[in-house]
Amino acid sequence: MASNITKVTNHISPNEALIFERSQPGRAGFSLPALDVDESSIDEIIPREMQREDALEGMPEVTEVDVVRHFTRMSTWNYSIDQGMYPLGSCTMKYNSRLNEKVARIADFANLHPLASESAAQGALQVIYELQQHLAEITGLPGVSLQPAAGAHGEMTGIMIIRAYIDARDGKEASAQRRTMLIPDSAHGTNPASAHLSGFTVKTIKSTAEGLTDLDHLRELCAHGNVAGLMLTNPNTLGLFERNIQEICRIVHDAGGLVYMDGANMNALVGIARPGDMGVDVIHLNLHKTFSTPHGGGGPGSGPCCCTKELEPFLPVPRVVASTSVGDSDSEHRLKPMLRLDYDYPQSIGRVKAFLGNYGMMLRALAYILTHGYDGLLEATQAAVLNARYIAHGLLTDYDKPFDSDPMHEVVFTDKRQARKGVHTLDIAKRLIDYGFHPMTIYFPLIVSGAMLIEPTESVGRQELDQFIEAMRSIAKEAVEDPELVLNAPHSTRVGRLDEAAAARKPVLRWKPAATESAESRSTASHSS
Amino acid sequence: MLEEIGAASIENLFDSIPQELRLRDHLNVPAAMPELELLKRFDEMGTRNQAARRISFLGGGAYSHYIPTVVDSLLSRSEFFTAYTPYQPEISQGTLQSIFEFQTLVCQLTGMDIANASMYDGSTAMAEAVLMAERVTKRTKVIASSAIHPQYLEVAHTYVQHAGIDLEHAVYCAESGTTLPESLSGLDDQTAAVVVQSPNFFGCIEDLAALAEKAHSVGALLIVTVTEAMSFGLLKSPGACGADIVVAEGQSFGVPLSFGGPYVGLFATRDKYARQIPGRLVGEAYDKNGRRGFVLTLATREQHIRREKATSNICTNEGLIALAATIYLETMGRRGVQEAARQCAQKAHYASREIEKLEGFSIPFSAPFFNEFVVHAPVDAASLLEKLASGKGIDGGIALSRFDTARANDFLVCVTETNTKEQIDALVAGLSSSTKLV
Repeated sequence: MASNITKVTNHISPNEALIFERSQPGRAGFSLPALDVDESSIDEIIPREMQREDALEGMPEVTEVDVVRHFTRMSTWNYSIDQGMYPLGSCTMKYNSRLNEKVARIADFANLHPLASESAAQGALQVIYELQQHLAEITGLPGVSLQPAAGAHGEMTGIMIIRAYIDARDGKEASAQRRTMLIPDSAHGTNPASAHLSGFTVKTIKSTAEGLTDLDHLRELCAHGNVAGLMLTNPNTLGLFERNIQEICRIVHDAGGLVYMDGANMNALVGIARPGDMGVDVIHLNLHKTFSTPHGGGGPGSGPCCCTKELEPFLPVPRVVASTSVGDSDSEHRLKPMLRLDYDYPQSIGRVKAFLGNYGMMLRALAYILTHGYDGLLEATQAAVLNARYIAHGLLTDYDKPFDSDPMHEVVFTDKRQARKGVHTLDIAKRLIDYGFHPMTIYFPLIVSGAMLIEPTESVGRQELDQFIEAMRSIAKEAVEDPELVLNAPHSTRVGRLDEAAAARKPVLRWKPAATESAESRSTASHSS
Repeated sequence: MLEEIGAASIENLFDSIPQELRLRDHLNVPAAMPELELLKRFDEMGTRNQAARRISFLGGGAYSHYIPTVVDSLLSRSEFFTAYTPYQPEISQGTLQSIFEFQTLVCQLTGMDIANASMYDGSTAMAEAVLMAERVTKRTKVIASSAIHPQYLEVAHTYVQHAGIDLEHAVYCAESGTTLPESLSGLDDQTAAVVVQSPNFFGCIEDLAALAEKAHSVGALLIVTVTEAMSFGLLKSPGACGADIVVAEGQSFGVPLSFGGPYVGLFATRDKYARQIPGRLVGEAYDKNGRRGFVLTLATREQHIRREKATSNICTNEGLIALAATIYLETMGRRGVQEAARQCAQKAHYASREIEKLEGFSIPFSAPFFNEFVVHAPVDAASLLEKLASGKGIDGGIALSRFDTARANDFLVCVTETNTKEQIDALVAGLSSSTKLV
């Protein structure tokens, strides 16, 4: 009997249906004041044929406490940074300060309409202006736009800037001959996708056995004369600094191309070295990586684009600029320059998003920079690299490390040794869940078979690093002694491995009422009456 | 730790970076600021956002709606906001199930079959819809109504400029304020899609069924954009009118104005286009014990697998904002969304009736509207609104001269359920008295 009791919840893993399955007609979780204006007949103000006929049928009807329990229970099924190390390589899952959350919720910012007049939004514009200045200093690239909403969006912006620049430099006709974008084989998939969106043909550059860009191959590709640019991640996605970066930039520049840097791995460089000094022309940053704005279960991100003076005229509009009132003797005015939106950049690639970008993320990123200061930013970079090196060292005995060079802020290992026993990267990742960690990035970069890309960030201390290394070593041992245990992992989660292949074959992408069943039961009911 | 890894100093960790590239001095950013000072600094900057405290009738793509307290409370659970894209479904079911619910809610509201896990915002969602229409139809001409939000059109132009798509405009009717099917003169068998916004930038409700019929007659798709998602609560869904792709800005559903972002783009379409949709999709899946769960699915459309052949370059989208919209929609529920929509429409119509009574003021467009409408003032609208803001502390609307110099005396007024009768009456009185000061 006891086994038939349906538990509402237990402390480990509460059950929770879809909200639509919990819905009960007549329940409500909202309260609005009564309408306080003279009411017209609805048909009078909106013709009947333009009104909804389904009265939102199917949308949930639940109480407030239903909603609170629903989301609270579901939240317990998530792993999050606040629970522990989240070493997803190239994602920089660092701690998200509560202070930054508070800043973003200050009413004078949160309640500000994006089309409010500039004179009545000076505080908000100042945040943008200051953040632009700090990011210019950090990257060594003076032209900044905060409009892109995420990394891939910033990439698209950067590549469109390159295209617009070359169009202007060479003229449309000559520029049309330059439609090749070079991308290393280790790059993130968004790079080629963004290049394609901007009308470029992608050519892939090989990596050397050392894990760096193959200079000979680069020279060879550049010799064709049709190269518009290179998209390079540095440190690259193997966690290695492209130590030939100056030479790489020279080769591309000599061939008439520009260098775009994917700033996803900027957490290894802040305060240490600047892309602008390396010869990079344009970069995007991820505020949700390097500058700690929360990842939010998959966004919102923010992908500012920083570029050289030469490329500045091509940045998206509007730009936030300070009015330089030359000859203005009003001292008060000089102290607080008026900030405004400037649309007057005829060479601009245009607007990439409505309004000014993911503003709430800018508030958080500025708060991050200000609370860290120049020394705190440097310390974060140092700790991030030290932590990755510690892991690289700690796992050497049990896992295959495909590249000998010392990594920066992330390190790649493979499943080569474990694969002999039939245990693969996916299995290792799933087993890591049982040890209480979020798995690393797996099967990326694509050029490393069975890749496990580990980025601990600066937000973990030695104890937790040791625990992680212990867990990984223990899994390596299990792979030999009890491979089944690893192959069937995870054992501790609410659901086991889900059949993704079946899900993709016959995709169910939304809830639908069990129509046939209810129609049947209705017809049965009518028969019996 | 340094000793353990065999490094002599912290500096040695960066040996792979050539010496000449290493910064010799510290970054020129301020020294670390303690919490108290930081909060004070942001509070001070905030006081220079006078517009945030005004009575507001600003709309135009960003709307001030009531946000139930539970939305931010639940959103603040760090299990949600400090997680990332649910790459590991076994420990991301909270995020995945909420996205599945979000996708379902978007389908219900738009009247469509499937929806994705979100886009950056309404404007980029519309641009991606245009790109998708080209993929689906293999045609390259797209006709967009000139009554679409001007910034949305700008974004679309940026996105398509290198995609080989010819983006033409259909001029809206100056009398009705809507896009008439006969204005689609360029429509032919090379047209991939017709794009309209409804309610459009001027608040006017488009005749979507007629536009759908016209587009379909040549095999083109109808893309419908919605910036005021609250209108779904009252207006016939674009899906029911025959739309093929529906995109919307979801900010109205529990998301603060926050000076323009982060917001959330909704993207919905028909079942048959599932493999052409951009962005992430969550689908139902089962483990070997038959337990239901949810996973990211149809990933072969996406950049991390298809690279340059992907349906879009989008990776990180607006997960947490989609969650805010989900919590909002489930809290308000079926009746709450209907009630909020009803109040928006009723209050906006009350405001338009009262403004129309003012001497010299008129409502230039004849088409039915939801909660936004254009007002024609007897004086320059920008000056009038400035006087109203400085004198009465009311942001009375958006001067259309910002977007169209020919409409110097026109402005766009938005009324929502958060505007009380008292505020509306103050707006009407303020317009009247400020007119005399211009």
